[in-house]
Amino acid sequence: MKQFEYVRPASIAEAVAAAAQPGSAYLAAGTNLLDLMKGGVSRPDRLVDVTRLPGLDRVEPLADGSVRIGALVRNANLAHDARFAKAYPAVAEALLSGASAQLRNAATVGGNLLQRTRCAYFYDTASRCNKREAGSGCDARDGENRLHAVLGWSEGCIATHPSDFCVPLVALDAIVEIEGKSGRRELPLAELHRLPGDAPERDSALQPGDLIVAVRLPASARTFATHARYLKVRERTSYAFAVVSAAAALRIENGRIAEARLALGGVAAKPWRADTAEQVLKGATPDAASFQQAAQLALAGAKPSGDNAFKIELARRIVVRALTLAAAGTPARVPALPASPFASVSGALHV
Amino acid sequence: MSELNLTTAPAHVRHGSNIGQPLTRRDGVLKVKGQATYAADNHLPGMLFAVIAASSIARGHVTSLDVAAAKRHPGVVEVMTSANRPKLAIDPEIKTNPFVFRMESLQNDEVRYANQPIAVVIAQSLEAATEGAALLAPRYEALPPRVGLDAGEVFVPPVVGVGNPTVNEHGDVEAGLASAAKQIDATYETPPQYHNAMEPHAIVVAWDGDKLSIDMPTQGLILSRARIAELFGLAHENIHIRSPFLGGGFGSKGLMGGPPVLGIMAAKLVGKPVKLVLRREQMYGPVGHRAPTRQRLRLGADGEGQLTAIEHHARTVSSSYDDFYEPAADASHTLYASPAIRTTHDAVRVDTGTPLFMRAPGEATGSIALESAIDEMAFACGMDPLAFRLKNYAEVEPISGKPFSSKALRACYEQGATRFGWSKRKLAPRGMRDDAGLLVGWGMGTATFPALMFQAEARAAIRRDGSGVVEIGTHDMGQGAWTAFAQIAADGLGLDVDRVEFRSGHSNLPDAGIAGGSAHTATAGAAIHNAGAAVIAKLADLATKDERSPLFGAGNTGVIARDGKLFRRDDESRGESYSDILARAGLAEIEARGTGAANPAAMEEYAMHAHGAVFAEVKVDPELGQVRVTRMVGTFAAGRIVNPHLVKSQLFGGMIWGVSFALHEEAITDRRTGRIMNANLGEYHIPVNADVPSLDVLTVEEHDPHVNALGIKGVGEIGITGSAGAVANAVWHATGVRVRRFPIRIEELLV
Repeated sequence: MKQFEYVRPASIAEAVAAAAQPGSAYLAAGTNLLDLMKGGVSRPDRLVDVTRLPGLDRVEPLADGSVRIGALVRNANLAHDARFAKAYPAVAEALLSGASAQLRNAATVGGNLLQRTRCAYFYDTASRCNKREAGSGCDARDGENRLHAVLGWSEGCIATHPSDFCVPLVALDAIVEIEGKSGRRELPLAELHRLPGDAPERDSALQPGDLIVAVRLPASARTFATHARYLKVRERTSYAFAVVSAAAALRIENGRIAEARLALGGVAAKPWRADTAEQVLKGATPDAASFQQAAQLALAGAKPSGDNAFKIELARRIVVRALTLAAAGTPARVPALPASPFASVSGALHV
Repeated sequence: MSELNLTTAPAHVRHGSNIGQPLTRRDGVLKVKGQATYAADNHLPGMLFAVIAASSIARGHVTSLDVAAAKRHPGVVEVMTSANRPKLAIDPEIKTNPFVFRMESLQNDEVRYANQPIAVVIAQSLEAATEGAALLAPRYEALPPRVGLDAGEVFVPPVVGVGNPTVNEHGDVEAGLASAAKQIDATYETPPQYHNAMEPHAIVVAWDGDKLSIDMPTQGLILSRARIAELFGLAHENIHIRSPFLGGGFGSKGLMGGPPVLGIMAAKLVGKPVKLVLRREQMYGPVGHRAPTRQRLRLGADGEGQLTAIEHHARTVSSSYDDFYEPAADASHTLYASPAIRTTHDAVRVDTGTPLFMRAPGEATGSIALESAIDEMAFACGMDPLAFRLKNYAEVEPISGKPFSSKALRACYEQGATRFGWSKRKLAPRGMRDDAGLLVGWGMGTATFPALMFQAEARAAIRRDGSGVVEIGTHDMGQGAWTAFAQIAADGLGLDVDRVEFRSGHSNLPDAGIAGGSAHTATAGAAIHNAGAAVIAKLADLATKDERSPLFGAGNTGVIARDGKLFRRDDESRGESYSDILARAGLAEIEARGTGAANPAAMEEYAMHAHGAVFAEVKVDPELGQVRVTRMVGTFAAGRIVNPHLVKSQLFGGMIWGVSFALHEEAITDRRTGRIMNANLGEYHIPVNADVPSLDVLTVEEHDPHVNALGIKGVGEIGITGSAGAVANAVWHATGVRVRRFPIRIEELLV
């Protein structure tokens, strides 16, 4: 392993100062970064360990009805926070469908947002990858790419963002609080991740030294609590990234959809908010016809980037199903197989 | 008194013999406490760490390595390349026997597959060696790699598997097909798969002059020793290999591959003990894999659903530099009666590490294709899949015409079907749903694996205190060898298992043969049994010839050994303890040796196979295509069951691998570079807990007087056969979609 400097700042200001130097990377749980370092994909000169920073591990309800989630809250702790899960059930369900129990116990909120793509060509240092090495080319484009992006990709990069957590977050208008060299600022989560365009090496809108300190869900997010689901199709029942996933949240008033939220995962370099689909659902009756129409709109701009045309049709079907499940109402308890098509199977024993 | 006391040896529930008792594994507590020492757990004073640098191209030459940069890295001691490697006593390319495979030992700069070792960096820490390997920054002259089943010229290999004929034929297949009322002509594909034992290949090695001390997981202690001896020009007795535990082998630790040899060379080069452990991704290349196959099955059946012909052709691959051909079509030799059967193979050479034995080589790949085709034919004939299989039940081995030494397959079908509730199955596909609207499918497959034996030797002794010792270098890969062989040893010596010291797991002990081919228990078990019998015979000889013994003169009627005593066969009131016999004879102990091997006369006369029937239920989301196995019942007849507890675990493991084969497992090879793109356990999918349903395993009693004295057939591999096909057939029954490329993918079910 490449030798690196390890620093453990005592304050956020120290952390930002240390990480702003070239070659630095923040270390939280390291569930992704350490793998990247072992594989030679990331070779930082300096790790800035933020895990001991005070005050970032709390879930705080705020006076305006929003909730603030510290960047160091563990994925498992957030999902199992009963008040949080009740108010934002799709977020809890998404968290529990991600990775494995061991990883969820370690992984942090901030780290989840900033995890790297799982594109195999990004990890294979002998392959050309514009994200790993700007301008080197993309070997995924003509490679083994049946699980790659169908939305928002470019000739330079067809990777997807792997997070489950971010999908309902972006649907619910989450806001990211960032501490940087010039102080605190905020960014809608929808603007955090970048589509590749001609600069795939830039995953996010963050600048050197920027530290995510919290994620905030606005007051409006909890108005969907009774009709919110996350659905994830994967190649085995657990411990696999999404082939495609969707978060659907509905506010139903008098038998009509007063407001809809919809986002897709596993389809693009960012959690994909389906705004036009949301618009068409507003005021519609929650039925199959509306959901089909929403699905068509959500995937209107989709095109295969390789052997993955099936993901477009699968995504449409997942949208319809997620909306159908959301309309049926949030279950009283998170299913034993969260976000799984088999969530309803009785006698399910495993997560 | 507590109802469950896991620390009390369950031996105390025994009734009569030790064999047949469900003892918990004797090494279990060690493993739970982390005290079972695996090879890489060993740390020697002054030991250095060796890390392999592996090729990123699949074909070509290494043109440069930045050895200087690696050596400059703090902690790096030496870089071993083809320029400075210690010379071997023989060319590693020479195949000195059929169980020798060609290996990379830095003999030149040629690259024959991706992940091939091209250098070894030796350092004071693992981290330094790893970084040193990264700093080598190899440059290559790359040639276009040959990838996949259509990569090159097709040829017919001289043999498949281990010396199996490439073509087998009886009857007139074309006539059988021409006369058939129904025909199936279907092509199935199976992907490359890698063993992925949880424990990576590892070696800790120390030279002492011309002596070698080695900790290394191996499925064949004596074979490995012989290979090391010839490669390094050493006397066998100068090499000591310890392999008390393996964290899985599955065929990839049976024969010496290049990586441990590189470890030995590295230790020689630096003159210090060395540890070399493969990284997970480095296991996708130099240590074998299951080759991909494309299998065409043509079946004919008459109007009554009786098979008229089976033709099974398998295409596979081998490496560019050695020969191992997955004998997939051989799976059609034994299961179904047909007046005409033809099995054939051909192959292409690709730029890959040489394929090798992987749990049920041939049977696993062949079985999923055959069982799918049989299922297709049953449906074409309008018959229930079980009824069709019973209609075509092989009363004798179809091609050879030999009777079976035993075959309780009919009982497996009946008991499995009853347990599963098979009679409620609807014939038509896509006709069953659960309360949640998920498609439900039921499928079945027949399991089979030959009852093989290799050669083994054991030493047994009875000591003055009446206790026993048995020595044999068996291999515990997790299957429970420490326990099952101790049970056989105890019975062989007429002692309780707690009174027998069982010594195993290193190369200074008698040769137990290889732990493979599902033959370890039968082979080493027979040697142990015979060694025990020989000791008892010597002891009986002492007693029956001694006037002072109550057994005097019983030589003609015979004696029985039980609970540390010998008894007259015709009068069990007359007996004497082992210790009394030895004490009077003034002996500290009495010992004997025994061997285990197949009986050629019985093999000539009988076909010997284990059998089974597997029933599976899957649920499939009708719109989203995700599949989950929800129930499996496996019923197996495998001769005598030495330890039902361990056997059940073996069969569970096989059935889970069957699920994996049908639904999950595939090495994804980049078609342009020949690199494996998912060489890690995150992306190389195998079932996780949530994919494994309640498994129900039944064993059917089968008394086989012909396979060996103990009647053991072996259970190591059979569980995967039948199971993969059962799951695949259940997916078809659920969805109506017949997927013939494995693993079954979601997109193929998006109808």
